[in-house]
Amino acid sequence: MSSQPLSQNQERFELNLGPQHPATHGVLRVKLLMDGEYIVDAEPVLGYIHRMHELMGENRSWAQYLPNMGRLDYLSALSYNLGYVELVEKMAGIEVPERAEYIRVITTEMNRISSHLLWFGAFVLDLGGFTPLLYAFDDREQILDLLEAVTGSRLTYCYYLFGGCYNDVEDDFLSGCLAFVKRLRTRLPMYHNLVTKNVILRQRLEGVGPVSAEMCRKYGATGPVLRGSGINYDLRKNEPYSIYPELDFDVPVYPEGDSMARFMVRMDEMEQCLRIIEQAIAKIPEGPVMAEKVPKMIKPAAGDYYHAVEAARGTFAIRAVSDGANQAYRMKLRSPTFSNLSLFQEASRGMLLADGLAFMGSLDLVIPEIDR
Amino acid sequence: MAGYFTNILGGAKSLVVGLSITQRQFFKKPITLQYPWESLEMTPRYRGHIQLIKNAESGTHQCISCGMCEKSCPSDCITIKGEKQEGVKGKVLVKYELDFTKCSLCGQCIANCKPGAIEFSREYNLASTRKEDFHYDLLKRLKEQK
Amino acid sequence: MDLGINVFEMVIYLVGFIAFAAANAAYLVWVERKGAAHIQRRTGPKEVGPYGLLQPLADGAKLMSKQFIIPAGVDRPLFILAPILTMVPAIMIFVTIPFSETILARDFNIGLLMILAFASVNVLALLMGGWASRNKYAVISAARVVSQNIAYEIPMLIIVITIVLISGSMNLTEIVAGQAGGILHWNLLPTNGNFLGPITFIIFFICSLAETNRAPFDLGEAESELIAGFHTEYSSMGFGLFFMGEYANIVIAAALTTILFLGGWYSPLPESIPYAGASSVVWFLVKMYLLIWLVVLIRWTYPRVTLWSLLNLSWKILIPFSLFNLLASAGLVKLLG
Repeated sequence: MSSQPLSQNQERFELNLGPQHPATHGVLRVKLLMDGEYIVDAEPVLGYIHRMHELMGENRSWAQYLPNMGRLDYLSALSYNLGYVELVEKMAGIEVPERAEYIRVITTEMNRISSHLLWFGAFVLDLGGFTPLLYAFDDREQILDLLEAVTGSRLTYCYYLFGGCYNDVEDDFLSGCLAFVKRLRTRLPMYHNLVTKNVILRQRLEGVGPVSAEMCRKYGATGPVLRGSGINYDLRKNEPYSIYPELDFDVPVYPEGDSMARFMVRMDEMEQCLRIIEQAIAKIPEGPVMAEKVPKMIKPAAGDYYHAVEAARGTFAIRAVSDGANQAYRMKLRSPTFSNLSLFQEASRGMLLADGLAFMGSLDLVIPEIDR
Repeated sequence: MAGYFTNILGGAKSLVVGLSITQRQFFKKPITLQYPWESLEMTPRYRGHIQLIKNAESGTHQCISCGMCEKSCPSDCITIKGEKQEGVKGKVLVKYELDFTKCSLCGQCIANCKPGAIEFSREYNLASTRKEDFHYDLLKRLKEQK
Repeated sequence: MDLGINVFEMVIYLVGFIAFAAANAAYLVWVERKGAAHIQRRTGPKEVGPYGLLQPLADGAKLMSKQFIIPAGVDRPLFILAPILTMVPAIMIFVTIPFSETILARDFNIGLLMILAFASVNVLALLMGGWASRNKYAVISAARVVSQNIAYEIPMLIIVITIVLISGSMNLTEIVAGQAGGILHWNLLPTNGNFLGPITFIIFFICSLAETNRAPFDLGEAESELIAGFHTEYSSMGFGLFFMGEYANIVIAAALTTILFLGGWYSPLPESIPYAGASSVVWFLVKMYLLIWLVVLIRWTYPRVTLWSLLNLSWKILIPFSLFNLLASAGLVKLLG
């Protein structure tokens, strides 16, 4: 840099955002090149919480890899559980009883709401509003209580097993879910009045951080980021799995591509989750929750397997190569926010620092999942 | 020009609505639980560290020392040892150690236990500054249990 | 003039105002924490004393017992001077504020001017603190604070000029005296000649929020962007003074709003009604603390604005409105004669 004339350099400075910074929600580091308050260049630096999850998948049995799924995206752990369990079931040809499928969908969607609620709170916190966080946590707490009664844990769930679920659910849980659906239906309008309609929030989000459909394709962005850019792509509809084809729900799509669009996609998605839960509870059949014949030692035929599910933040996909042994030969996890983060560098150029952080919040990053 | 004024009015209205919501919440009762003074009962399925189930009749456990829990554990938390003893059919459990520092509460050991000898405990407020405090001898724990 | 009694009086007032400023700063923290907690359906401080009332004292003791860390490479004199410079003008301002007809330390002819002059020293202190800290976040914060304060001083001063125009004096006691006789005579309403009435009150209130760096205009502190802004590097009482200075400034802003718009110590009812219509310091404090509660409520409701929308608000909305109000009020005052 010393070769350049000083007058050009003097105005710019490097700002080290993170790895410990309130807005990155984890150990993400972003190297910013700033021109006053403007971001000239932003380079995300990863690796502060790398735990070699993929390698772990290659040296432990299929069943032993289950608890790892709760520790990637710890906010929507059940989606990850579901993705992995369905992959192994596909590989080993295990049939899952219908009741288990319904339980899986209900718990996964509850988990998706809790993930979105936490994002909602944390995002408004990034924008400087503290109170909605606590209201969202109040609602999220109800979900965690319900899920705790079923799964035994509150955050890093490990509830699904190959061929079903760890245990059955009681009627208490189902009626509790219905009560929660009712409760959240009255709370969501309050959130909209308090936050969505607020003129300050609208000014901060509308038109900020536009992400075009083109850019989404280029970086492989999925989930609410993609749907906020006008592309109707939801794996629950496009590559249906589990019992989603039997349920009636919409995929919220907003064409604007700005932070507000991503915000609205997630808010509307919560309402759709409520619809899914309601229908699933109405339809849930009686029966066993575990398949009868699940081999103790799972040894799938050699081959290349792939399965993807729609997690709260986008497409979570697993590619596993099996050589016929009790463990994977190669395990590759495709996490949604890794791709969503990669468009940050291009999209944040020329933004104000405050807008850049609002934009980062609207991507809904979960760092342990990016780093794996 | 009309848009200028409607913008201001609309914005001002949204701000007043926000204030009225927070002011109304202010008068409602707090929903938090004051932890050290009050605490919640853990749900029956709560996952604490594992423990041996005490049989009410025989006063002992049902472990057959098959070692399935040890083998299924992803993190090698469990060490068990069974011995042949005279006059007893099968092996007798002489050591059941759990290294809770490595456990991720996945429940594989319980799912793989044929006789159903282990369960999750409801211990949740464990705290210590020493690692060794989380190395449990489950047989000893079973004896101390009433 | 008996100099002895005068000096004695001055000392009493000085001690009194420092105590008032410090107690207010300490207990506003309690109000803020308790208020925020209940807004968020929590309980807030409750362990130290009944309802956590001794919490501010505990916090103060904690701050004082901590080490005042001066990081390597900072501009030492400025770094130490900055927190002092936030607190001293705040206490100075209290001297000019009339809490009632009798409770005031100094009756200045130009009290209003003095308050505004001292209030702008605060910006300098924040700039100094941010600049001296040798921290990029602090420098960004300092730059934000300066541009924000300059932008909001203009509409604020235009409103103040309007009020001075109406009451014909810069003496705070006389400004309040001009609003005697119930709510209809307050500057809040157009009856006194303030053409836009409540709108000017709102503009002044917004400006005072911005001047005291309170949410939603707390760009300087912006904890989710700039860690803690200008006081990132401050610890112990250095931070404590910044903190107390902020609350002292809120009290001043609320007191000034009360004086300029809400009739100071006069009751909103006409004086003919016994007890409730009488003017007293109680009315002043009630109005002032209601305004302070509004400040707290606003902080815990809204997200933070960005720099550009902040400047847009000032230049595109507040300044045109207040300029128009100045002209219209001048005409109205002439008409009312």
